[in-house]
Amino acid sequence: MELVIFLITAVVAIAGAVAMLLSPNAIHSAIFLLINFVAISVLYVLLYAPFLFVIQLIVYAGAIIVLFLFVVMLLGAERAEDTRERFAWQRPLGVTLATILLSLIGYLALRNPLSRTAVADQHFAAPERIAEALFTTYLLPFEITAFLLLAAIVGVIVLHTAGGRELRTENQELRTKNQELRTKN
Amino acid sequence: MVPTSYYILLSALLFTLGVAGVLIRRNALVLFMSVELMLNSANLALVTFAMARQDIAGQMVVFFVIVVAAAEVAVGLALLVAIFRTKQTTDVDEIHSLKG
Repeated sequence: MELVIFLITAVVAIAGAVAMLLSPNAIHSAIFLLINFVAISVLYVLLYAPFLFVIQLIVYAGAIIVLFLFVVMLLGAERAEDTRERFAWQRPLGVTLATILLSLIGYLALRNPLSRTAVADQHFAAPERIAEALFTTYLLPFEITAFLLLAAIVGVIVLHTAGGRELRTENQELRTKNQELRTKN
Repeated sequence: MVPTSYYILLSALLFTLGVAGVLIRRNALVLFMSVELMLNSANLALVTFAMARQDIAGQMVVFFVIVVAAAEVAVGLALLVAIFRTKQTTDVDEIHSLKG
C-alpha cells in the first residue's frame, strides 16, 4: 500500500518537473512546479515528517510559488524566449550532460547498500520533538535565520528603492527638457 | 515499506531535471524555478536519510534549507525585477553585460 502511494506520487512529481521544463509559458511552469512541490510534501508524510509536510506546503507551495506568479505577471515575461538561439549546441549538450549526471548519481545510489532499520518509533520526528531540538541544540542557527531574513528584507527594499530613485531622476530630467522646449516655443 | 534507494533514485532524477532546466532554458524565471527544484530534491534525500537513520538532524537541515531558499527567492526575484526595468528582458542570453 505504501509502495503504491509512493509510486503514484513519484510519477506525479516527475511529470510536474518535466512539464515545468518543457512548457514555453512561465506561468504554466510555475503551476507545474506547484504540482511537484505538493507531490514532494506527500512524500514527506510517507517519510514520517509531518512538520516538514506543513512547512513545505506553507513556504514552498504557498509563499514561493505565489511570489513567482506575482513577478511573472508583473513583468509580463511569460514568453521571453521568442528570440533566436545564440548557441545551437546548447540544448543537446545540456541534455547529454544531464543524462551523464543522472547515470552517475544512479550508479552511486545503487552501488552503496542503503541500510534501513525498521521504523522503531513512528513519532521520532513529531512536531514537539522538532521544536525541542530547534530551541535547544539548534538555537544558534535558528537565531541566525532571523538575521538572514532581516537581511533579505532590507536587501529587497534597497533594490527596489534604488531602481525607483533612478526612474524618478529620469522623469525629472524629462520634465526639465519638456519645460525647456515649451519655453523655446 | 518503500526501500530507501527508491527515494534516493527519485531525488537524483528530480535533481537531474533541475540541472537540465538550468542548462536548457533561457528564461531567468524558469532558471530560478529549476534551482528550487534542485533544492527540493536535495531536501527529499535529506529527509529520506533522516528517516532511514531515525535521526532528527536531517530534518533540521531541511528546515534551514527551506528558510534560506525563501530568502534567496525574495532577493533573486527582486534582482530580476531590477534587471527587467533596465533591460526589458528576462532572457539570460541577452543579459551579458555587467553595466546596467
